[in-house]
Amino acid sequence: MNKNDMLYVDTHEWVHIEGNKAKVGISSYAAMTLGDIVFFDLPKVGDTFKKGDVFAAVESVKSASDLYMPLSGKIIAVNEQLVDTPELVNEDPFNNFIVEIEFTNEDETKGLLSVDAYEATL
Amino acid sequence: MGSIKRTTLYDKHVALNAHLIDFGGFHMPLYYTTITDEHHQVRNDVGMFDVSHMGQIVLQGKDAHKFANYVLSANIQVTDKIQYALLLNDDGGIIDDLMVYPFSENQILLVVNASNIEKDVNHLNLYKKDYQVDVRNLSDAFNCLAIQGPRSFEILSTIFDTLPKHSSDYIFSTDERGPLLISRSGYTGEDGFEIYAHAQFTQTLWDKLYQAGVTPIGLGARDTLRFEAGMPLYGQEMDETINPFEAGLSFAVDLNKHDFIGKTSSQFNKDNLLRKSVGFELLEKNIARTGYEVYKDGVKIGYVTTGYLTPTTKKGLGFALIDVKYAKLETKIAIKIRNKFVQALVRNKRFIQKNNKV
Repeated sequence: MNKNDMLYVDTHEWVHIEGNKAKVGISSYAAMTLGDIVFFDLPKVGDTFKKGDVFAAVESVKSASDLYMPLSGKIIAVNEQLVDTPELVNEDPFNNFIVEIEFTNEDETKGLLSVDAYEATL
Repeated sequence: MGSIKRTTLYDKHVALNAHLIDFGGFHMPLYYTTITDEHHQVRNDVGMFDVSHMGQIVLQGKDAHKFANYVLSANIQVTDKIQYALLLNDDGGIIDDLMVYPFSENQILLVVNASNIEKDVNHLNLYKKDYQVDVRNLSDAFNCLAIQGPRSFEILSTIFDTLPKHSSDYIFSTDERGPLLISRSGYTGEDGFEIYAHAQFTQTLWDKLYQAGVTPIGLGARDTLRFEAGMPLYGQEMDETINPFEAGLSFAVDLNKHDFIGKTSSQFNKDNLLRKSVGFELLEKNIARTGYEVYKDGVKIGYVTTGYLTPTTKKGLGFALIDVKYAKLETKIAIKIRNKFVQALVRNKRFIQKNNKV
């Protein structure tokens, strides 16, 4: 997958929708801006969040950044690989998701940005 | 306040594509490649830092040595060894921490933190009235390169005929290229050297070292390196409301000295501390950042002053200033990270045990 396969929110998360489920990651811009990622503070499977809630944090050596839920819903999977190898997201941000969610409000997907609309915000 | 200053090596940092930040009023490289890679480079091999932002203040005159002992916490002796000391205010709070190069009775060099240069000069001028001494700020005239890491001696001995033999030794000389000061010292927990000189010499030395394959290292790795080695940073572990005993710096204070600023303050009591700076290790993988709150049994007992998931240890480690009742090694504390409490153990601040002294 690459950047063209994703929808975005302006807080730099990408969303890849399959039915009522979606994988969520961070954009290549976000990964590059953070520098070397050393840690993800991940949620638990089963946690539920509203759109816009902080659901995880991504940390470089120097700084911590919150990640925001792009759609309301429940965490159904976390990418366990990121526990020991968080740098995978630096290497390939679009093929290393952070969480998978089951979203609850189809209407919210209409507010997601296309790649062009997202890149226009940078 | 003027604009942000550039060191004499600024163009070289830009040419190397360094990620620059404003640090202490200077454009300084935070990293050139990544903080993690640069950290390992210094721990395992050798690297060089532009630390020209550091300030150089010379105490000059008949009473220079006497004055140094009045304004500094440590007992300064005129020797060929550098000494670590603190400038204190009347309440015993820390105005700055610095390195002392005690050249002679009438000439003492203080190397101070960039962000404190002006404050230190003002403080020294305020207290000098009974002493025959000039306070000279030579910060703009001097540049400093720090060469750090287990191979630093090997590399520098290809350039210099004479180098300081033992840790803390310094050698001062002057020739047609200007003054040259080399000390065997640093801020990384590794063997290393700090080399002070005028602009031209510093630029030439940087180029020679770069051509010899020495990796430039930014201030990001400088901070992770000093932190792993248990060294404090002004503005984090120290400020004007924290005294040396709270900061764990009693080794830099000589209470047997007749008199020095701060000594007679009522708060200046090492046996009656309320807070203490401690090291801690998180018991699960996470990162405790500066300013996060520290708890014991649900009660707030202090705050984190520096924290990292450090490149060498790969553990979540930190320094915190906490209620002295919980400062004993192995005490269980909790750090509030975002919305959860992460358990931690109080431990020795020296997170890496490496014998770097020569």
